[in-house]
Amino acid sequence: MAVRKKNASNRAFIISAYVFCGLLTVLSLLPFVIMIVNATRSTYQIQQHAISLIPSHFLRSNLEVLSDKGSFNAFRGFKNSLIISVGATACTIYFSTMTAFALVAYDWKLRKPFFTMIMAVLMIPAQVTSIGFYQFMYKIHMTNNFLPLILPAIAAPTCVFFMRQYMIPSLPMEILQSARIDGAGEFRIFNQIALPMMKPAMATQAIFSFVSSWNQLFLPSILLTKNEKFTMPMMVALLNGDIYKTEYGSVYLGLFLTVLPLLVVYFLLSKYIIAGVALGGVKG
Amino acid sequence: MPKKQQLKGISYAKYGYLFSIPFIVAFLIFSLYPTIYTLILGFTDCKGLGNTDWHILENPLDNFKNVIHNKSFVTSLKNTITIWLMNFFPQITIALLLTAWFTSRSNEIKGKGFFKVVFYMPNIITAATVAVLFKAIFSYPIGPVNDILVSTGLRDSAYNFVVSKSAARLIVAFIQFWTWYGNTMIVLISGVLGISPDIYEAAEIDGANGVQTFFKITIPNLKTVLLYTLVTSLVGGLNMYDIPKVFLDGGPDNATLTTSVYIQKQAFSGSYLYNKASAASMIMWVIIVLCSAVLFYVMRDKDEVKMNKEIKMAKKKAKLQAARGGKEWL
Repeated sequence: MAVRKKNASNRAFIISAYVFCGLLTVLSLLPFVIMIVNATRSTYQIQQHAISLIPSHFLRSNLEVLSDKGSFNAFRGFKNSLIISVGATACTIYFSTMTAFALVAYDWKLRKPFFTMIMAVLMIPAQVTSIGFYQFMYKIHMTNNFLPLILPAIAAPTCVFFMRQYMIPSLPMEILQSARIDGAGEFRIFNQIALPMMKPAMATQAIFSFVSSWNQLFLPSILLTKNEKFTMPMMVALLNGDIYKTEYGSVYLGLFLTVLPLLVVYFLLSKYIIAGVALGGVKG
Repeated sequence: MPKKQQLKGISYAKYGYLFSIPFIVAFLIFSLYPTIYTLILGFTDCKGLGNTDWHILENPLDNFKNVIHNKSFVTSLKNTITIWLMNFFPQITIALLLTAWFTSRSNEIKGKGFFKVVFYMPNIITAATVAVLFKAIFSYPIGPVNDILVSTGLRDSAYNFVVSKSAARLIVAFIQFWTWYGNTMIVLISGVLGISPDIYEAAEIDGANGVQTFFKITIPNLKTVLLYTLVTSLVGGLNMYDIPKVFLDGGPDNATLTTSVYIQKQAFSGSYLYNKASAASMIMWVIIVLCSAVLFYVMRDKDEVKMNKEIKMAKKKAKLQAARGGKEWL
């Protein structure tokens, strides 16, 4: 009797859990489904029924409207964002690993205070210092240049913290010492021994660094004022403008074009991304 | 072996400094200097598009006083906190609920991997894109949401979401919730998986049911992770910019004006009040640093205990080796 009761409550539990998860799945996916389907429908169709699950055949005409009107240029935004994100990611990964190496492999006097400082600046976002940053860049004529968006990535406290955590158990000092005996310089030891060992951690951090750089809006939008320098998120913000107010189909298509690369990357790497979030608890 | 002897004599400490140089230089130039510069600008009369000329005010604190008494700034601070609260509570509740389900030992839920991937997905999408997408979805008079409301008969006519203050705020909070609950869930699940299974086994033997186990074991053991989530979310919330800016540019009637949007508007539109925006930035900076200090305090405890243990272990090892008369160097 008791057993049966337990089974019944278990079944109720399972069913309610699945229903709830199903609802959340719809909630997570529906906006993207609407976006993709409406990208293929004409403005008139959308005005009749804004929600539909049946794609139509207006993809090409929407694309024409999108590329004719105004300053939205998905390709240019894609290119600019790619330059910035790749540059920033490379800087973050290489120099964070280097800083972590300094913290793990060597015993120096200021090691502890330095690590404490990294922990202290971990949470301070760049956004609150943006006015000083802008004025500084304006003075040295670096606005409308990608370098102010790439070079600050060299100092990435969260990434250093993660790399250090990963390096402590996975980098045996004995190997470094035997390399030294073989006559390798410290810089070469770092590049040829430490870096390859850190590959898994570097890959995880590269994904997060790339995505956060790609999605950044605040700094690019105050530093870049020329349309030809606009990044993808800035292009997206243009879709909000008056020019596209009545062109529903092309707005959805524009959004779809900006989301597409991210979705592809996500579904290819979702396993690693989820594992990375679980590992680092990194929050933007 | 001359080489080995030579190695013994070399101090490698300098390489520690050498390898930290890039980080330190980049930090000083791109982080510390702008922070100090922002602070100084807060005391000056610097304004006007592209103006880099400034003088310290006669009453250097004028900008700060001005900002604190500024109606828009106070509104924006209130909005930021309200929107954060409106997003955080549902977010942590649902994330905890899902965590309890996904880590349940008695009722294995299938498809966990799929749900995790789907729930986390919104987090990876550009916030600006999400904001424009939701604006389209909530658009008036013809938009997907209004379409559903009218055709299911929930409403007779379409509702203009974007002119209602509370609706606009609610939508911004919802978007924040929507993008972050998956992330919070994954962090919490990894926290639960870090709890020793022995405790759960002991509870099972003692006859605790799922609910009891969750409240008496999981939650207390998850304290640090929960606090971490709370503070990171708060710091992120205090910096909320992309969604309120792109969604309705702080409108309607300043209902979704967050402090970051306020600062951006002060500094980069209208009369380009770099000085007032700097003062507002520094006020936010102090608030965020205070919040981070709480996090730092919590995190430090654990790390220091670990470090002390490591040091003790190392010392013990060294002593043992000395006792053995071993010649291995450390």
